[in-house]
Amino acid sequence: MDLTIGPNQFFWKSDDWASFYKEMAQAPIERVVLGELVCSKRLPFYRAQIPDAIVALQDSGKQVALTSLALITLKRERKMTAELTEMGVEVEVNDLTAIAELPEGIAFSVGPLVNVYNEGTLEWLAQLGAKRICLPPELTLQSVAILARRAADLGVAIEVWGYGRLPLAISGRCYHARLHGRGKDNCQFACEDDPDGLRVSTLEGQPFLAMNGVQTLSDSYACAAFQVETLAEAGVSALRLSPHSQGFAQICQFFRQRLDGTLDAAGLATRVQDAAKDVRLSDGFLEGARGADWSVGAP
Amino acid sequence: MVMEIVCPAGTPAALRAAVKAGAHCVYCGFADETNARNFPGLNFDRSEMREGVAFAHQHGAKVLIAINTFPRAGSETLWHTAVRDAAEAGADAVILADPGLLAYAATHHPDLRRHLSVQAAAANADIINFYKSAFDIKRVVLPRVLTVPEIALINAETEVETEVFVFGGLCVMAEGRCSLSSYVTGKSPNMHGVCSPPSHVDYHENAGVLDAQLGGYTIHRAAPDEPAPYPTLCKGCFTAGDKEGHLFEDPVSLNAEQLIPQLAKAGVTALKIEGRQRSRSYVAQVVRNFRAAVDAHEAGQPMPQGMLARLTEGQATTTGAYKKTWR
Repeated sequence: MDLTIGPNQFFWKSDDWASFYKEMAQAPIERVVLGELVCSKRLPFYRAQIPDAIVALQDSGKQVALTSLALITLKRERKMTAELTEMGVEVEVNDLTAIAELPEGIAFSVGPLVNVYNEGTLEWLAQLGAKRICLPPELTLQSVAILARRAADLGVAIEVWGYGRLPLAISGRCYHARLHGRGKDNCQFACEDDPDGLRVSTLEGQPFLAMNGVQTLSDSYACAAFQVETLAEAGVSALRLSPHSQGFAQICQFFRQRLDGTLDAAGLATRVQDAAKDVRLSDGFLEGARGADWSVGAP
Repeated sequence: MVMEIVCPAGTPAALRAAVKAGAHCVYCGFADETNARNFPGLNFDRSEMREGVAFAHQHGAKVLIAINTFPRAGSETLWHTAVRDAAEAGADAVILADPGLLAYAATHHPDLRRHLSVQAAAANADIINFYKSAFDIKRVVLPRVLTVPEIALINAETEVETEVFVFGGLCVMAEGRCSLSSYVTGKSPNMHGVCSPPSHVDYHENAGVLDAQLGGYTIHRAAPDEPAPYPTLCKGCFTAGDKEGHLFEDPVSLNAEQLIPQLAKAGVTALKIEGRQRSRSYVAQVVRNFRAAVDAHEAGQPMPQGMLARLTEGQATTTGAYKKTWR
């Protein structure tokens, strides 16, 4: 299996953004999806860095794609989406609107925020030109296996969420702005101080979710350490690692070792927790009673 | 043209009550996971659906059948059968969200009118027109993330009719794009047609303080003199940073009755009432009031004031995303 780096979901300082992708150019991964997924207001702060990052990644042999936004409503956002192809790399569709904006017949990939739950939708997307689909994180191993089999017949590569806080919801409302008593239009970039999102806990102090502007994520970091063999047998082409600010380059190495067979599942889980500074891990969407569950003990 | 009132019916009795109260349209679903209100004791078996459609048609009302969850891989037949049975029951339209299912319906039942469910979260004219060219949808139920001016812009750019929610439960997240419930309970709106299900709710009382938990996570805490709302995940009380409160949404419900004139001006075709889980008397009362409001608007009379206050049971209401400040 390959490793794909998903688009950074958070609002990082422009310099941090640029050095992250410099680091990724040297990482043992095959593919990088970059660009703005969550909020169109963030993009101007690092847009100028994108072409250099693409070149550096391609020069080191990585495939590169550019993501669409996860929720496209405004005219400005539709225009932005239509312009994605101008960068000369493949577009990853994370709102079906992006397919409507792409030139007809052009090949594209589909990200985890498009609802691909069944064979019918997979076939429809393949007909339209989808070459690669990262399945929604909510799917069980059973569904993944069925879809991977159908995708193989259609020549579509299947990716599965391998690491990182899970994107659970997207909204018209900005929760970071709301937390600071502001509206979305006057957010003053309340999300910029939380490079991995802001933890949301229950009133009992139990870590629960994370807010990231208009997006809501899990507090736990998904980690498919224990499902690698099953996913490979099912014909899954790649694991997707979602960027975080702590120890990410190391974590890429560990996942590579896991895929190469030089590190076992428990070893990967331990190393990830060390590198990412004691995050809670989960894999319950793939094979638990619920998303928050973790193969090795309660969340 | 008079705006259509599209009214929920969780049971045959609610369907009849809604039709008698003046609903132009009733929407309902089969009693299984094919629809997004898959609650115990609700929804229609096949013969109830046929009888419900016949009753509505006799009274000049339409029936829209919601088949708006996302079919499970390997089990698409269940959803395909639902579309076929909706056609056979004489439904005036099916409300669908999944592209694969839309493709199936368009191919196998081309004459069965297709509406795009709110679960598809189609939030701009480009994607709506794309769905029209792909599956010939005739109407879209707009997600609850848009302002009234944005709805007007969409209507200016598409021939597809638009339907908007005006009353009842309010999703804070874009519908069909939320897996909060399955993260906590394993049951999701997209896959199982449920959100924050009662089967996973627990209450714990300690010194008069009532904790409402969902899947073991405390969603709400009520002091002895406070009301204890149902622990719907996104309307819970949480902490982040140094703040505590309803970080996503207050426990409010939607009431856009006063926006009817603006929605009409924005080109909206139909007004949708949420609540297939509600009683028939509730449904009848909401329908009567909205019908009166729409008829008053059509006759050029002012909107009746505060007509639904009693039905929200003193609960706070909001106009949601229709006003920009909500964001």
